[in-house]
Amino acid sequence: MLALVPYLRGNEGVPVAQVAETFGVPRRQIVKDLNVLWFCGLPGAVTGEMIDVDMEALRGQGVVYVDNAEFLARPVRLTAREAVALVVALRTLRESARSDERDVIERALAKLESAAGDAAAASAAVEVVLDEHVDATLRDQLASAVRDRRRVHLTYLVPWRDERTERDVDPLRVLTAEGRTYLEGWCHRAEDLRLFRLDRVVGLDVLDVPADEHPDVPGRDLSQGVYRPHGEGPYAVLDLSPNAHWICEYYPVEDRQDRPDGVVRVTLRGDEEWLRRFVLRQTGTVRVVEPAALADDVRSRARLALGAYSEDEATGAPTVGRTREEESP
Amino acid sequence: MNLVIALLVSPSYLPKERIRHAVEGYHDQSDEAFGRMFERDKEELREIGVEIETGSHDAVFGDELGYRIRRDAFELPEIQLEPDEAAVVGLAARVWQQARLADATQSALLKLRAAGQRVDASGLTGIEPRLAASEPAFEPLWDAVVSRTPVSFTYQRPGHERTAREVEPWSVLSWHGRWYLAALDRGRDAPRMFRLSRVTGEVVPVGEPGEYQVPDDLDVEAMATALFPRPSTSAAVLRVRPGTALGLRRQTTAETRLDDGWDRLEVTYGSVGELAEEILTYGADVVVLEPPELRGRVVEGLRRLAGVDA
Repeated sequence: MLALVPYLRGNEGVPVAQVAETFGVPRRQIVKDLNVLWFCGLPGAVTGEMIDVDMEALRGQGVVYVDNAEFLARPVRLTAREAVALVVALRTLRESARSDERDVIERALAKLESAAGDAAAASAAVEVVLDEHVDATLRDQLASAVRDRRRVHLTYLVPWRDERTERDVDPLRVLTAEGRTYLEGWCHRAEDLRLFRLDRVVGLDVLDVPADEHPDVPGRDLSQGVYRPHGEGPYAVLDLSPNAHWICEYYPVEDRQDRPDGVVRVTLRGDEEWLRRFVLRQTGTVRVVEPAALADDVRSRARLALGAYSEDEATGAPTVGRTREEESP
Repeated sequence: MNLVIALLVSPSYLPKERIRHAVEGYHDQSDEAFGRMFERDKEELREIGVEIETGSHDAVFGDELGYRIRRDAFELPEIQLEPDEAAVVGLAARVWQQARLADATQSALLKLRAAGQRVDASGLTGIEPRLAASEPAFEPLWDAVVSRTPVSFTYQRPGHERTAREVEPWSVLSWHGRWYLAALDRGRDAPRMFRLSRVTGEVVPVGEPGEYQVPDDLDVEAMATALFPRPSTSAAVLRVRPGTALGLRRQTTAETRLDDGWDRLEVTYGSVGELAEEILTYGADVVVLEPPELRGRVVEGLRRLAGVDA
C-alpha cells in the first residue's frame, strides 16, 4: 500500500484495472486497499485531513484519484533482498546480452545501484557465470532472428543418434539455463516446440521468410530442469556404483533405493538409443538391471568395439614390456 | 499505514504512548495487545524496507524513548531511467526462476513503477537468461551470505561419508548453472567451495550476523576455476568409421582418409577422462590410436562394459 499511494499520485485518473495489472493483484484487492486508504491520514486528523480517495469516480468510471497524500510522495527504499535480487538479475542479463545491448544494461545497473545505496552492497557476494563456451556470433544472430521474427534453417547435431539433422525453425527465444545456452523455437520438422543447444548447432541460415506466429504455444517451464523425460515411454533400471552416484544430481532419476553395499538403484527414462549411449559413457560404473535387451545390447557393443584392440589389451593379459611381474616389488 | 504516516511526519521522536494515542487501531487495545501489535507492525515494516529509528531528543531527562522514520532513509532516492534502460530493467523480472527471489525482483520493480518509471516486462530482447535454484539449501545460505552469519550444515559428497561443517559464508556463485558456496571452513581453517545440492539437512545459524569479515581479495571465480581445472589441451589420434562420431568431428584439427576407407582424426581435448567417456558412446565406430593413456582408459571401460572383468 505504501507503493500504491505514490503510484496513484503520479497517475491521476488511472483505471482500476490498470492499477491491478501493474501491481499484479486482482481488481477487488485494489478496491479493498483504497477503502482502507480512505481512513488513513495524519495523526489525530479530522475527516478533511484524511487521504482522499474519490469514491464516486471509483464506483462510476472505475478510475482512481487520490488527494491529501503529499506526505507519501515517494515509494519506500529497496530492501537488501530486493536490491540484490534485481541487481543480480540485471548482471545476469548483461552476461548473456547481445554485444550491442550491454551498454544500456550497464547504464541501468549504475542508476539502480546508486538509488539502492547500501541495500545493494551484498550483491557483491553473488556471482553468476553463465555459459562461457557459447559462440557469441551465433548467439547474436539467433537473438536478432527472434527479435526480427525471421525463420531460420538449422543444421543440428543429435549426439545420441549420432545424426546431423536439417530443420526450419521459427525462433521464439534464446535462453540460458543450467549453464548452457539454448534456442527455443517451433520446429517445422517435428511440428512441435523444441529446445536446441547452441553448441550443437553446426550451421545457421537466417531465411528471408517471416516466422509464423505461435501465440498458443506456451514457453517451457524450465524451473524444474531442462531435461524432462516423458512420464511414459522407455526406461531403464540401473545400479549405480559409488562413483556414479553423482548421476542422481544431474538427471531426473526416479525410485531411488540406497542399498547397504553402497550401490544405488534408480530408474531413468529416455529414448532407447539415448539410454544405451548413456550407459556406455559411464565406463562400467553403471550396470543395467532392466530391460535385459538394453543390458545385452551394451555388452555386445562393448565386445564388438574391443575387437579392434589387440588381443592382449582386450583380454587384460599382461602387455609386452609392461608385465605385472616387473611391476611387483 | 497510519503508523508509517505518524512516524514519518513527526518532526521529533514519538514516544510509544503518543503513538498509541495518535494511531487509529491502537486506541482501544489493552496494554498487552497494543504492545504485541506495535512490535509486529514494526517488524512488518522492517521487512518491506522501512527502518524505524529509536532515540530521544532530551539527553538530560531522556528516560522516555521515542520512535521516528527519517524521510531520507525511508524514501527511494530520485531515479530517472531512460526508456531503453527501463525496458531492460523490466526484463530482469523474468530472470529468477526461484520463487522468493522472483518475488523480491517483482516488489523492487513495483517500487520503481511507483516512482514513475515505466518498467514493464513485455519487452523483447531475444535472449533470456534464467537463474533457477531448486536446492533446499539455497535460501538459507543466500540469507547467510547476505547477512554474513556463520552457519553449520551436513555435507555429503557422492561416494563419501557425510561430514558436519561449520562455515563463514563469503559468497554464492552460480557456475554454469549450478550453485556453489564459497566459505571459510572453520573446522579446516581454510577456504572451501561447497556445492549446494550436496548440502543435506538443515542449515543452522551458529553466530551473529556480521560476525566475520569477507576477505577483500576474495576471487570466487578463481576458486571455482581451481575446482574445475582445464588442463592444457592435448591431441589424440583416432580411427573413425566414415559418417559417424559427428560430435567428435567438431573438435577435429586434422582429418585424412585411410586406405581401408576409415577416417583418421586428430582431436584436441582437455580431460582424458571426458574424451574416453565420449569415445565409449560411439562403440565400435571409434578406435583410439594415440595416446596410450587414452587407449588404456577406453579399453578398460570397454572391458568392464563387456563383462570381461568379472
